[in-house]
Amino acid sequence: MTTRIEARFSRLKDDNRPALVTFVMAGDPDHETALDIVKALPAAGADVIELGMPFSDPMADGPAIQKAGLRALKAGASLNKTLALVSEFRQVDDTTPIILMGYFNPIYIYGVEAFVADALKVGVDGLIVVDLPPEMDSELCLPALNAGLNFIRLATPTTDDKRLPTVLQNTSGFVYYVSITGITGSAAPDAGKVAAAVDRIKRHTDLPVCVGFGVRTAEQAAEIGRNADGVVVGSALVAAIESSLETGGGTAAVSAVTKIVSDMAAGVRSVSLAKA
Amino acid sequence: MNQIEPNSFRAGPDEDGRFGLFGGRFVAETLMPLILDLEEAWKTAQGDPAFKAELDGLNSHYTGRPSPLYFAERLTEELGGAKIYFKRDELNHTGSHKINNCLGQILLARKMGKTRIIAETGAGQHGVATATVCARFGLPCVVYMGATDVERQAPNVFRMKLLGAEVIPVTAGHGTLKDAMNEALRDWVTNVESTYYLIGTAAGPHPYPELVREFQSVIGKEAKEQILAIEGRLPDMLVAAVGGGSNAIGLFHPFLDDKDVAIVGVEAGGKGLDGEEHCASLTAGSPGVLHGNRTYLLQDGDGQIKEGHSISAGLDYPGIGPEHSYLKDTGRVEYVPIMDEEALKAFQMLTRTEGIIPALEPSHALAEVIKRAPTMGKDQIIVMNLCGRGDKDVHTVAKHLGMNL
Ligand SMILES: Cc1ncc(COP(=O)(O)O)c(C=O)c1O
Repeated sequence: MTTRIEARFSRLKDDNRPALVTFVMAGDPDHETALDIVKALPAAGADVIELGMPFSDPMADGPAIQKAGLRALKAGASLNKTLALVSEFRQVDDTTPIILMGYFNPIYIYGVEAFVADALKVGVDGLIVVDLPPEMDSELCLPALNAGLNFIRLATPTTDDKRLPTVLQNTSGFVYYVSITGITGSAAPDAGKVAAAVDRIKRHTDLPVCVGFGVRTAEQAAEIGRNADGVVVGSALVAAIESSLETGGGTAAVSAVTKIVSDMAAGVRSVSLAKA
Repeated sequence: MNQIEPNSFRAGPDEDGRFGLFGGRFVAETLMPLILDLEEAWKTAQGDPAFKAELDGLNSHYTGRPSPLYFAERLTEELGGAKIYFKRDELNHTGSHKINNCLGQILLARKMGKTRIIAETGAGQHGVATATVCARFGLPCVVYMGATDVERQAPNVFRMKLLGAEVIPVTAGHGTLKDAMNEALRDWVTNVESTYYLIGTAAGPHPYPELVREFQSVIGKEAKEQILAIEGRLPDMLVAAVGGGSNAIGLFHPFLDDKDVAIVGVEAGGKGLDGEEHCASLTAGSPGVLHGNRTYLLQDGDGQIKEGHSISAGLDYPGIGPEHSYLKDTGRVEYVPIMDEEALKAFQMLTRTEGIIPALEPSHALAEVIKRAPTMGKDQIIVMNLCGRGDKDVHTVAKHLGMNL
C-alpha cells in the first residue's frame, strides 16, 4: 500500500523539486481558526502538513511553539480535538499528507492502541514523537508501523554514522533532519553543513530527507531545498499567528500564515533538484 | 551484605533503564548519543577504584561525612513512643543532602571532558550545591530556577551568585521546578557538546535515576552501620520526604531487602488532596511520561501536566523519580501526603524541642514521624532523614506565621 506521504514525495520527485513541509499547532489560536488555517495550507503551496499536538511541557521547543501550544490548550485543545480537526480537514482534502507531531504523554494517556486506530481512521498519515528515540520503539513506533502509519524519526547533528542505522531502522515516510543542535525556532542553520549532513544520511537510506529547525525565509528554503527533499517551516508560521492576534486573529491569522507559506512555496519551486 | 537476592527490590534498573514499568529513556534524539556516553562513563566510574577514592575523600573532607545519626531524646520523650533518630544530612557543607549527588556527578562530568555545567533547582539547595562544586572545580555554572522560586528562596539565589553561578529565572508555566527542568533540557539540547546536565534528583532519563541513587545511598549505608553500632539492630521504620525522591531513595535503598524495616515516603500534600494545590504525585497521580522517564505524574485526562503546589519549593514537582513509582506499585514503600500546615507545625516543634531548624522538606517527614511515633512501642526505632537545614526557609515560615522580617 502506498501511503499519502509516499505518493506525495514520489510526485515531487517527478516534478523535480523539494517539498514544503509546514508546521502549525492544532487548536491555535482556537479550533475553528486552526481548521481554517490548515484548510488554506495546500492552496498556499504546502506539500505536507505537520500538525502539532499541544503539550504542557514541550521540552524541545522554543518560545514561539511553546506559546502556540499554550494558546491552544487555553482555548480548549486536546488530542481528541486534534484528531477531529484532521477528520474535518479530510472532508475537503484527501491527498495532502498529515503528520501529527508532539510528545508522547498525551498519546500514552489516550492509549497507544486506541490512538493508532483513531489516527488511521481520521486520515492521519504519519507521526513524529520527539521524546521517543529508537530505544523506545516498542512504545509507539512498532504498533504504529504495524497498523500502517508512517513513523518519521528525527536525525540530528549528534546522530553520527555509528548511530544512524539505529535511527533509520524503523523510520518510514521520510527522515526529518534537525539542522541544528537546539530547540525549534533557533538560529538559522548553516546551509553548507546541512547539505553535507543530508548527503551523509542519504548514504544510509533511500527515504526522502527533509530539513527543519530555524528555516524562516523563502531564500533559506530555496538554499536548503537545493540539497534536500523537503524543507520544514514552523516557528515562523506560529509566530505570525501570534502577531495576527493583535489585529483580531481569525481571517488575519489565516492570511498571515498563507502569505508566508506562498512566499516559501515560491522559494522551493525556484529550485530544481540537482540530483537525478 | 550487598549481595542482591533473587527477589530483590534492589535489582533495578534493567539494561533499558527500567524499574518495572517505570523509568526508561524518553528523550529527544539530539540527547540520546550523549546519554549513552554518560552511561558508559558511569559504568567505567563504578568499576574504577580511583573514582571511588576521590569521591570518598571529598565526601569526608569537603562535605564532612559521615553525617551523625542523632538520637532525638527530647522529641522522643515528648511524643512518648518510638525512639527517634535523625540522619543529619542537614549538617553537610551547603546544608543538605544535595551535595552528595553533586560531587559524584561533577567527577563524572570531568571524566567526560565537559566544560560547562547546567542544573535546575527548586528550593535552591541543589543550585547552591551545584554552584559550590563548580566553584570547587573551576567550571562555569548556569542554574535554571522558576521565577516564583527565585522570589521565595532569595537567600539561596544570592548564595549561588556569590559562588559565581549564573541564575536564570524561568517564567514559563508557574515558574517552579518543572518549568526550570524544561528550560535546563532546552539548554542541554542546544549546548550538548560542551555541557553536562547535573540533575538534582533521582529522576530524568536513564542512567540519571540510578547514578543519583548511588551517590545518595551513602546516606543509607552510613545510617545502617550507625544504627547497628548504637542499637545493635536495624530500625523498625524509615521516614523521608520525597520531592523528586533523591534523599529518600538514598536512605531507603540499602534497606529495601530488609523485610522487617517498614519504609515511609512523605509527599507534599500542599493545601489538601481534594483541590489542585498539592504535589502528591504518588498518592494522587497516575503513570505518564515526562522529563525522560515514565513515572507517576500529576496530569489531566488529556495527559497535560499539572502544576504542583507546596509550601516547600523543594517538593514542588508534579513528578517523582521512577524507582519510587516502582516501590509504590510493588508495595515495598508506603507513600503518604503531609499538608503545608502540618509541616509548619513540625518545623516549629523540632526547633523548640531539639534546637534544630529543619528545612521545610524534611519538616514533612517529621510531621509523619510525629503522627507515627506515639502509636509505636518505646522499644521501637524510627530513623528519619533530616536532609536539609531551614536557614533558606526562615522568610517563608515568618510570612506564614504573620511576621515581618
Ligand atoms: C532539603 C531538601 N530536601 C528534599 C528536597 C527534595 O528533593 P529530593 O526528593 O530529591 O530529596 C530538596 C530539594 O530541593 C531539599 O532542598
